[in-house]
Amino acid sequence: MDSPRRSAASRTAALVAASALALAATAILGIGLGSNPIPPARVVEALVAYDPTHNDHLVVVLSRLPRIALGVIVGAALGLAGTLMQSVTRNPLADPGILGVNAGASFAVVIAIAFLGITDVSGYIWFSFVGAAAAAALVYLLGSSRGNVGTPVRIALGGTAVSIVIGALTQMVLLSNDAAFNSFRFWAIGSLQGRDFGVAFTVLPFVAVGIVLSLALISPLNAITLGDDVATGLGTSALGARIGAAVAVVLLAGAATAAAGPIGFIGLGSAHVARFFTGNEHRRLLPTAMLLGATLLVIADTLGRVVVAPAELQTGVAAALFGGPLFVALVRSRKVAAL
Amino acid sequence: MTVVSGRTLRVGDFSIRIRPRIVTVGLIAAAVLGAGIIASLMIGTIPLDAGDLVAVLSGEAKPSLTRSVLGRRLPRALTAAAVGALLGMSGAVFQSLSRNPLGSPDIIGFTSGAATGAVLQIVVFGGGMLATAAAAIIGGVITAFAVYFLARRDGVTGGLRLVLVGIGVGAVVSAFSSLLIARADINDAMVAQLWSAGSLLGRGWLHAAVAIAALALVAPLLLTLGRSLALMEMGDDAAHSVGVRVERIRFVALIVGVVAAAAAVAVAGPIAFIAFAAAHIARHLAPVPGVLVGLSAVVGAVLLTGADLLAQNLDVGMRTPVGLVTSLLGGLYLLWLLARRI
Repeated sequence: MDSPRRSAASRTAALVAASALALAATAILGIGLGSNPIPPARVVEALVAYDPTHNDHLVVVLSRLPRIALGVIVGAALGLAGTLMQSVTRNPLADPGILGVNAGASFAVVIAIAFLGITDVSGYIWFSFVGAAAAAALVYLLGSSRGNVGTPVRIALGGTAVSIVIGALTQMVLLSNDAAFNSFRFWAIGSLQGRDFGVAFTVLPFVAVGIVLSLALISPLNAITLGDDVATGLGTSALGARIGAAVAVVLLAGAATAAAGPIGFIGLGSAHVARFFTGNEHRRLLPTAMLLGATLLVIADTLGRVVVAPAELQTGVAAALFGGPLFVALVRSRKVAAL
Repeated sequence: MTVVSGRTLRVGDFSIRIRPRIVTVGLIAAAVLGAGIIASLMIGTIPLDAGDLVAVLSGEAKPSLTRSVLGRRLPRALTAAAVGALLGMSGAVFQSLSRNPLGSPDIIGFTSGAATGAVLQIVVFGGGMLATAAAAIIGGVITAFAVYFLARRDGVTGGLRLVLVGIGVGAVVSAFSSLLIARADINDAMVAQLWSAGSLLGRGWLHAAVAIAALALVAPLLLTLGRSLALMEMGDDAAHSVGVRVERIRFVALIVGVVAAAAAVAVAGPIAFIAFAAAHIARHLAPVPGVLVGLSAVVGAVLLTGADLLAQNLDVGMRTPVGLVTSLLGGLYLLWLLARRI
């Protein structure tokens, strides 16, 4: 009994360590790349032995680090949120973008810009949360009926319908308000550009609570994977686990969307890639997906800055441009893993 | 329980089976469509009564009134009906091809492809109705080819794989479109954004002609393909065994369905939910086996005509292009379906 468990634990540790290493390498490369390239060794030097008189160190710490830090936080949140959604809805297409959370957050942000004149991210975040939570709750309520928990198809259809209705309301406000449209179109495209440490510090607590809550749900999520009947037989409250996961998703996706705008595919892509390596064991899956989400977002952001330099591809666009083909490749290469 | 009764109408090689339920429902829908078009002619900033309408149609009204009704209201109403019919047919074909109610052209990315083609034209090369229309059709067809060939494996396009690949490709082309809108100057961006919402504002005879010509081109083809598609819904092997060349039919139906959807987008922008809802409603009105291409077309025309009447006369103090009206109503319809059943 003992040795398989130990080998499973060491396998988990190895996977998580590999993902963490990938993230660290990506982040260091991402900080180094840009209009003024800085070699990785000097990036590490600036991070561990900061010298304010050194020009490269100033660039690393003051200009590029905040952006990458925010990218890591947002990417981790999206990776975790996407995985939780896929596990809970048993829907391989679940992603904050697909299940209405982004649409809800966007609508609330548009209301904040157009009618309340709020223009900075620390003001958006509360609206983004309320919008994300309301949309998620609505989709969940529609997905489940008369005491039944939502089936994957119902929840996916509900998410699509809610996204479309809220999207139409958002468009209506935007088309009638040029000034709001002009601010919103830059937020809506999803970007880490010009966000300072303040934004990262504003969203970090929410993401942290979301991460802790997700990790607390590992055993119930494993039980749900076996089917609700089996989960109930094992003494797990399927409903409780789903509600807990929904709260975590709202915290994670709401914070990520408030900070960086609606970014699709990071949650979807990292969940699928992680599942490819770990299977449905959530002890391995959740940390791997979280680290992969951060890695993918940093890669997308870095490629977006490098590929069309000196111009810049916004992160959300880059995520879709690079994440879309990855998703298509996954669909083509093998059957989407049964959840 | 559903007995497939009816007779076959044959003209040379071309034959369709006439089924009473579909004919009855189709005639009722066509009557509603006629009423909707007449209402579109009568309702507006200058309301007409029946006498005025007769006067206009017989050429005895004031020239200014005649110009307003025959030059603006009539082409707009006909455009709405033709675009709705194109979308309805396209929806029926794609839902059948993907064997999935979500497989309508707006959800599997073709509409995004067409819209992106048009946005590219508006933002980079400057608008122009025919140029924008051509760009939309090219964008839609390129996207469809990409989706089809990416979803094809071992010579077969699986239903769910088509939807999944469509969602992925659609996201990429939408991202490209948002990028273009964010990069453009604010005036071009606003035009492109308004266009991306789907609108029938200011559509004249040129638009009506393009939509009606497209309808005349694709309707016979899709009606003919309908029977093979119905056989394919029983499974590729079953269809193959009765002599349907499955992959070839699927490819032709895909191309013609895309041209129908792209022509609709070219004329009116990406109008959501008509394709989804028309095919769905048609199936509910006439619960018989088969692919209801013709009935979906009539239902689509009714839906878009009604939505455009609402869009023109709904005053909520905000711009409400018809694409947003259809999104709102269509989304609410889907929500109502979800809350009620399944």
